[in-house]
Amino acid sequence: MSALLSVTDAHVAYGKVEAVRSVSLEVGANQIVTIVGANGAGKTTLLSAIMGILPLKGRVAFAGQDLARLDIEDRVAMGLGLVPEHRELFVTMNVEDNLELGAFRIERSRAKASIERIYTLFPRLKERRKQLAGTLSGGEQQMLAMGRALMGEPKLLMLDEPSLGLAPIIVADIFRIVTELRAAGVSVLLVEQNAQAALKIADQAYVMELGEFVLSGKASDVAANERVAASYLGFQHEGASVL
Amino acid sequence: MNTTIMLFLVQDGITNGAIYALLGLALVLVFAVTRVILIPQGEFVTYGALTYASLAAGQMPGTAKLALALGIGAFAFDLFVARKALHGRLVVRSFITNIVLPSIVLALTIYFAAQKPPVAVCIALSLVIVAMIGLYLYRIAFQPLAHTSVLVLLIASVGVHLALQGLGLLFFGAEGQRGPAVLSGAFTAGSLRFTGQSLTVYGITIAFIVGLWLFFGLTLYGKALRATAVNRLGARLAGIRTTLSGQIAFLLASVIGALSGIMIVPITTLYYDSGFLIGLKGFVAAIIGGLVSYPLTAVAALVVGIVEAFSSFYASNYKEVIVFMLLIPVLLLRSLAAPAVEEEKD
Repeated sequence: MSALLSVTDAHVAYGKVEAVRSVSLEVGANQIVTIVGANGAGKTTLLSAIMGILPLKGRVAFAGQDLARLDIEDRVAMGLGLVPEHRELFVTMNVEDNLELGAFRIERSRAKASIERIYTLFPRLKERRKQLAGTLSGGEQQMLAMGRALMGEPKLLMLDEPSLGLAPIIVADIFRIVTELRAAGVSVLLVEQNAQAALKIADQAYVMELGEFVLSGKASDVAANERVAASYLGFQHEGASVL
Repeated sequence: MNTTIMLFLVQDGITNGAIYALLGLALVLVFAVTRVILIPQGEFVTYGALTYASLAAGQMPGTAKLALALGIGAFAFDLFVARKALHGRLVVRSFITNIVLPSIVLALTIYFAAQKPPVAVCIALSLVIVAMIGLYLYRIAFQPLAHTSVLVLLIASVGVHLALQGLGLLFFGAEGQRGPAVLSGAFTAGSLRFTGQSLTVYGITIAFIVGLWLFFGLTLYGKALRATAVNRLGARLAGIRTTLSGQIAFLLASVIGALSGIMIVPITTLYYDSGFLIGLKGFVAAIIGGLVSYPLTAVAALVVGIVEAFSSFYASNYKEVIVFMLLIPVLLLRSLAAPAVEEEKD
């Protein structure tokens, strides 16, 4: 079976500066794939380009269809979802309206049912459903951003740094939910600086540095790699080269 | 000054203020959703008013033809964009909204113009014609620029205003027109006399404001419009097309403009270029509301109307000067409150 998302030889540039160079990746059905790497490696840029926010040179195919020339909204309609780093919530609207709008393209009766599913997944959101999104805590905003994206019934959810700036207990909660999503048939492409947590739940992993993938493979193999361990997991090895 | 005069001026001010409120709300809406400062709002007013007056006088308004011409332009834009991936369904839909609809309306206009139609028909036709013009203008002039800066959009907006004003002169001539009252008759309460027309203005303004409030608060499309205004990228990630939001905003703005014109034209003689000044007063209210606050805009519009009424009584030569001077303290205060405004990035 072919991959759900396949990116081949992608280049993304800001003007003359190439932030992503010759990157290829695949995400299969029911898979969690993670991209780990330091700040500024080009991870966010890559996700934005896959979503159509930034122009990309190369080939991106989703569910067998070439995405070139498709707008962000078309990609959303095809089942591609992105929870961006800055969450981009509708801060002056309440939690329930944010969720309802996530299902803008979905049939009304089905949207009603999925709002209940989101509340089961994130009980905190149900407690706060009449509260304005801008007044939520960071963790709740992350949950709302994920909930809003899930309301669009994505086949693949791309998460950009979901754990950034959140308390460890909430991070654990979010990673638990990511694994639940896989069980529910949603693939996840997870971009994380918290490599340790990401590699623990992922099936496949890519290590990104200065706009290129320097290592890829099964997440457990990547986690066992000495250089990765030294640079991202905080273990010191004798003679480990700095990447 | 005696109370009768004062009451009369206040009443007059509220009638005008109600119109400015509608126009101000439309400006805030369009700016919030599309970042376009809608200078041609005033042309929607004149087009609505003069189309209505022409129809009522049994003349054929040129705006119906303009709508068809713009529709053809909009269809050409749609075709050009769709050239690489021709989706049959989208092309058919574009053909129906941009070609078939204005053709039908043009045919109806020709048919009715010949026989001095009843007021209701004139109103309906004028509203539909101006609404279509607003919709197609968005497609032709603003949608292709949607991702540029506020300044570029403003320049396009000024261009559209000048073009529409010129066409207005061509369609309606340099003479002013008046239209028949929507509701004739009057009654007096104490020393005040209420005409049917001023009551119509109050009623329609209140109904429209309540309608907008319900639309934004309760319906999915209304919420989608608010979402686009709050966070454009967030809205796109939720699958809400910015072009759809823009179309709805322009449709609402043009209908509000045309409706305002139809309400004013029985009270005041309107010329092809009268709309600009009327729109500008709505703009004053919108600026006082910071181009974001709907309630503040509505209140400011009433203040503008009342100030205008009093200044035209005491110093009619300086009427406009006094109204526009209202802006200076507001802008000063705002600049003190928010010293730096960043250009919004997309």
